[in-house]
Amino acid sequence: MTTATANPSQNWLLLVLRLRTFVALILVLAYFSVMAPNFLTAANAVIVSKHVALNAFLAIGMTFVIITGGIDLSVGSIVGLCAMVAGWLVLNGVDTGLGWTIWFNTWEIVGLTLLVGIGVGFINGLLITRLNVAPFIATLGTLYIARGAALLSSDGRTFPNLGGSEEFGTASFPFIGSGSVLGLPVMIWLLVGVALGAHYVSRRTPLGRHIYAVGGNERGAALSGVKVNRVKLFVYMFSGFCAALVGIIIASQLQAAHPATGETFELNAIAAAVLGGTSMSGGRGRIFGTIIGAFVIGILSDGLIMMGVSSFWQTVIKGVVIVLAVVIDQAQSRLQARVALAQEAAASR
Amino acid sequence: MSDHPIGLTIRGGVKVYPGTRALKGVDFDLRMGAVNVLVGENGAGKSTLMKVIAGVESLTEGRIEMAGQEMHFRSKGDAVKAGIGIVFQELNLFPNMTVAENIFIGHEPVRGGVDIDQSAQATATSALMARLEQDIAPDTPLDHLRVGQQQIVEIAKALSQDARILILDEPTSALSAAEVEVLFRVIAELKSQGVGIVYISHRLDELIRVGDYITVLRDGEITGSRPMEGVDIPWIVRAMIGEKTKEFPRTAPAAFGDEVFRAEDVTLPRAGGGYAVDHVSLSVRQGEIVGLYGLMGAGRTEFLECIMAQHPASGGRMFVGGQPLTEPDVAGRIARGIALIPEDRKRDGLVQIMSIRENLTLSSLGLFTRFMHLNLKAEAAKAMEFVRRLTIKIASPENPVSSLSGGNQQKVVIGKALMTSPKILLMDEPSRGIDIGAKAEVFRTMRDLAAQGLGILFVTSDLDEVMALSDRILVMANGRISGAFPAGTDAATVIAAATPHSRKDHAA
Repeated sequence: MTTATANPSQNWLLLVLRLRTFVALILVLAYFSVMAPNFLTAANAVIVSKHVALNAFLAIGMTFVIITGGIDLSVGSIVGLCAMVAGWLVLNGVDTGLGWTIWFNTWEIVGLTLLVGIGVGFINGLLITRLNVAPFIATLGTLYIARGAALLSSDGRTFPNLGGSEEFGTASFPFIGSGSVLGLPVMIWLLVGVALGAHYVSRRTPLGRHIYAVGGNERGAALSGVKVNRVKLFVYMFSGFCAALVGIIIASQLQAAHPATGETFELNAIAAAVLGGTSMSGGRGRIFGTIIGAFVIGILSDGLIMMGVSSFWQTVIKGVVIVLAVVIDQAQSRLQARVALAQEAAASR
Repeated sequence: MSDHPIGLTIRGGVKVYPGTRALKGVDFDLRMGAVNVLVGENGAGKSTLMKVIAGVESLTEGRIEMAGQEMHFRSKGDAVKAGIGIVFQELNLFPNMTVAENIFIGHEPVRGGVDIDQSAQATATSALMARLEQDIAPDTPLDHLRVGQQQIVEIAKALSQDARILILDEPTSALSAAEVEVLFRVIAELKSQGVGIVYISHRLDELIRVGDYITVLRDGEITGSRPMEGVDIPWIVRAMIGEKTKEFPRTAPAAFGDEVFRAEDVTLPRAGGGYAVDHVSLSVRQGEIVGLYGLMGAGRTEFLECIMAQHPASGGRMFVGGQPLTEPDVAGRIARGIALIPEDRKRDGLVQIMSIRENLTLSSLGLFTRFMHLNLKAEAAKAMEFVRRLTIKIASPENPVSSLSGGNQQKVVIGKALMTSPKILLMDEPSRGIDIGAKAEVFRTMRDLAAQGLGILFVTSDLDEVMALSDRILVMANGRISGAFPAGTDAATVIAAATPHSRKDHAA
């Protein structure tokens, strides 16, 4: 076996391209540290992280879905629905219709709300695998259905005062979104946990490998014994889980639940995944790339706000960055393929 | 039959592809108002010759003349302008458009350069359909038509561009008996209108029936060319495969073990009625290589897919090592010791963007997994073990599998199958798309595996291949097993069994 040596400048370029999201993150950080004096402070870092975290949860779920070659447009609506479900359970409990009401404590409410999110994901998965509905259409449908359900739940009104009560064991509800452990917000710990878990699944489990295989070549994966439908069901359920988590965190943080919560969140999640190197045609993407992508987007908007740039310009800049990222991504894929081809051609001689 | 003027001649036609000479000095006369039949084994150069005439490929050496004038086709468009049309075996039609739209796609009649003249298009389509004696309305959506009718639309498309020469590549491989009759009537009609037809097919009795002149190709050379009068199947077979049959004696004496796989009455209904796989029964023993020979569309691939649980509608019983095979999905069948090496590597065999290692282990991840945890070290070691065992030449197992040559990719597919420790290996056209050297290696690998006790059932359309490799030859035609022969059977006998003589006996 011979190892062909690609020329060193090509290797350097490839390395920079591969780490492009990270490079972008450093550049953005450095730029704002200079331009906005208060930017690089611990207090600001926590604030930015909290903004980023919400998008990052959704983007992690979205990354798995996109790797299988699908898309999940319903996550924003699931956020709204789950915020309302959590709010309802804190405020009203469940009326049995027999003259008494079941009240749940904080952790039961979290569990039930997560189940609702996973349930919507399950419906997405069933529509896609059993009824052969295209992912775009299936999740567009559940986008409307879940949003409608959220609006119906309160007749369009906000559930206020979700501070909880000692009596029902819900006083700890605000802790999820506002509490801190060891000096870091709870939601940051949650993000670290979910991110590490998702990374582990993607790189070190058969399920993760199967997710990539389904996105790379669904037919080939099926003929290799991969249970394609189960894999797809999992990714949509996991995406629903992530969205439910975000819904709970927002309701807890604001101590209120509004049915419009999470509108257009799905687009930010897709943007973070794509910025992090996830290929929309499936088969390619990494959890850490997505996290960095979410940070680039978050830091960009927060930094621009601190510099006083108009929010209209922020929107334009965000779009430019996303398009640029995809263009660079294409260049990297081509270069990488060329290097690999050259190596293998040399080896087979 | 001298009343058929020569419409196109090729003199000294040579076509060189990287690594092979597909045509080695071919002289060919195409006669107008007649059916010029072209026949030969896979890889004999038929398709190349046809593509040269249609302007899809150009000759490396030699010249093409029409009416005494040398022609240079730089593209298919040039050939179309010269009145040459081609109908490929794979139809190039748009199922979402109407018949008229399909016929005029790319050369729509327009008013003022933009507005498609719908009525002119419809009128012209009706005229074409009348000429072909078809009762198809111009605004019929294409996907409402049967395959046979779609073929006629494709012919109409060529005629709409004033084709005087029409090339038909295996036009009957997907047609029912009734549709073949319609096609033959259309061909007779076109002939009487003076159109010169080039007709390529593997179905020998069909060629004799429809052809006026026959040209046989073997290994890029013309081995027979004459009017059809007096031609019979043995003459064609002799010209196709030569007097000497290539014999590859087995290296080790055959010592087969117990039966590893048996299929009984396997059926797969066809969409339009009838069976794609028609009550096929066969068995394979340990250490035995069974070759399943047949023409395209004979149902061989479909049969393998039935074994691999790809057709929920299939019927019949299967057994592995005497135990019934009832697992409903691919993973279950792999676990029972069945492994499939699909015909289309790119589409079915590999995940192109994944690495060589990931492709090799995709079917066997369970070997390295404990409670969901994948042991990457053990996985890499196993992948390298198979790379060495199959002498796959690679620079790094982490490179995408798409960077490998066809032969090495095929070995990765074989490696993936072998890693599941199969008892029976199903191979669909194992040598397709790989060069001669890699072919020999794949064959040697198959022999080695059989010697280690694996049962192998392989499908091929290559006569040499089935003769050289098989311990037993089964022939399929029209979804049925139409012959079973021991190794060393005369090639002509095998070809005769593969030719569906009695199409009409079980017409749809």
